Amino acid sequence: MDNKELIIQKLKENFSDSIVEISDFRDDLSITIKPNVIFDVAKFLKENDELLFVMCKDVTAIDWATRKNRFTVVYHIYSFKLNFNLRLKSNLEAEPYQIESVTSIWQSANWYERETYDMYGIEFLNHPDLRRMYMPEGFEYHPLRKDFPVLGIPGSLPLPQKPE
Amino acid sequence: MGLEAKLTQDGFITTTIDAIVAWARKSSVWPMPMGISCCAIEMISAADPKYDIARFGSEVMRFTPRQCDLMIVAGTVTYKMAQVVRRIYDQMPDPKWVIAMGACTSSGGMYRSYNVVQGIDQFLPVDVYTAGCPPRPENLLNALMTIQDKISKTRARDFQDILPQKLEVETR
Ligand code: SF4
Repeated sequence: MDNKELIIQKLKENFSDSIVEISDFRDDLSITIKPNVIFDVAKFLKENDELLFVMCKDVTAIDWATRKNRFTVVYHIYSFKLNFNLRLKSNLEAEPYQIESVTSIWQSANWYERETYDMYGIEFLNHPDLRRMYMPEGFEYHPLRKDFPVLGIPGSLPLPQKPE
Repeated sequence: MGLEAKLTQDGFITTTIDAIVAWARKSSVWPMPMGISCCAIEMISAADPKYDIARFGSEVMRFTPRQCDLMIVAGTVTYKMAQVVRRIYDQMPDPKWVIAMGACTSSGGMYRSYNVVQGIDQFLPVDVYTAGCPPRPENLLNALMTIQDKISKTRARDFQDILPQKLEVETR
C-alpha cells in the first residue's frame, strides 16, 4: 500500500462522516474536511503511529469572494516517517468565520494562524495569543479579503503629523 | 591653495559669520543612514572607495540621530515604519535636512498598496528627492551636493531660536 492509500484509508476509518472531498491533483493529495473536526483530525494525523505528521509547514486561507462557503483554510503538513506532504482544507460556511486552533498540536501554527487572522479575519478559537501579525494593533480591516481596496482605506492607518 | 594662500598673504580674511558658518556646515554634513530596504545598498556603495562620499565631508554615517544633520531615507517606508522614521527624525538636532532616496521613498514607487506610505513628504519635510530604483550612488552624491548648495544659502540666524520639537508620535 502506498502512502496515499494508507492516509486515505486511515482517515476513512476514523472520520468517514467528516471527509468532504479527496483530490489527488498532480500528485498533491488534498483532503477537505468539515471545520468542526479539524482539531481531532490534526491530532490524529500527528499522533497515529503509522502517519506521524509532526510538522506543520503552513496555515493560510483563500477568499473565494462570491462563493457560498467564502473562506477555505488550508494546512500544509509533513510526515518525516512517510516523507509525504499533505494538504488539509476546510471550508468555512458562514459568519462568524471561526475554526479551532491547532497551535496546541503544532507549535509552528501559532504565527501562521495569527497571520491568517490578520489578513483574512478568520478567528482561531482557543489560540493562545491571537494578535495581529503585520498590521498595527487597532487596524480594523483584513487586507487580503477580496473586498478590501488595494490602496487601503484612507485614514485607517495613522501617520505622524508633518512638522510645520 | 585656497585659504592657505590667503593666510600667507595677509594673515587674515574678511567674511561674514553667515558665510563661514554655512561653509562649515555644508562641508561636514553628517548623515543618518535610515536604510530601510534595497536602496540602502546603494547608499552603502556611495560610501565605498569608488564613490567615496568622504570627498564631500559626509563619510561620518552616525547610527545615532543625535549626531546627525541629514537624514537619508533609503527604502520603502510602510505605515508602521513611518512612526519610527518620524521618531528618529524628531531626535535629530536642528538644523536638519532630509533626502528622500529612491522611488519608494519619494512616491511609494512600485508599491502602490495599502501598507506603503505613498511618499514620505506626507509626514516629513523633504529637501531633495532622488529618482531611481535604486538611484545610482552618483545620484545620491548629486542629492548631497544639492543639499550643500541649499545649506550654503542659509543664514546662521535662521536657526537661532528653534525650540526642540514636541514628540507627537503615537505608539501603535
Ligand atoms: S526605490 Fe527600488 S531600490 Fe529603492 S527601496 Fe524602493 S524598490 Fe528598493
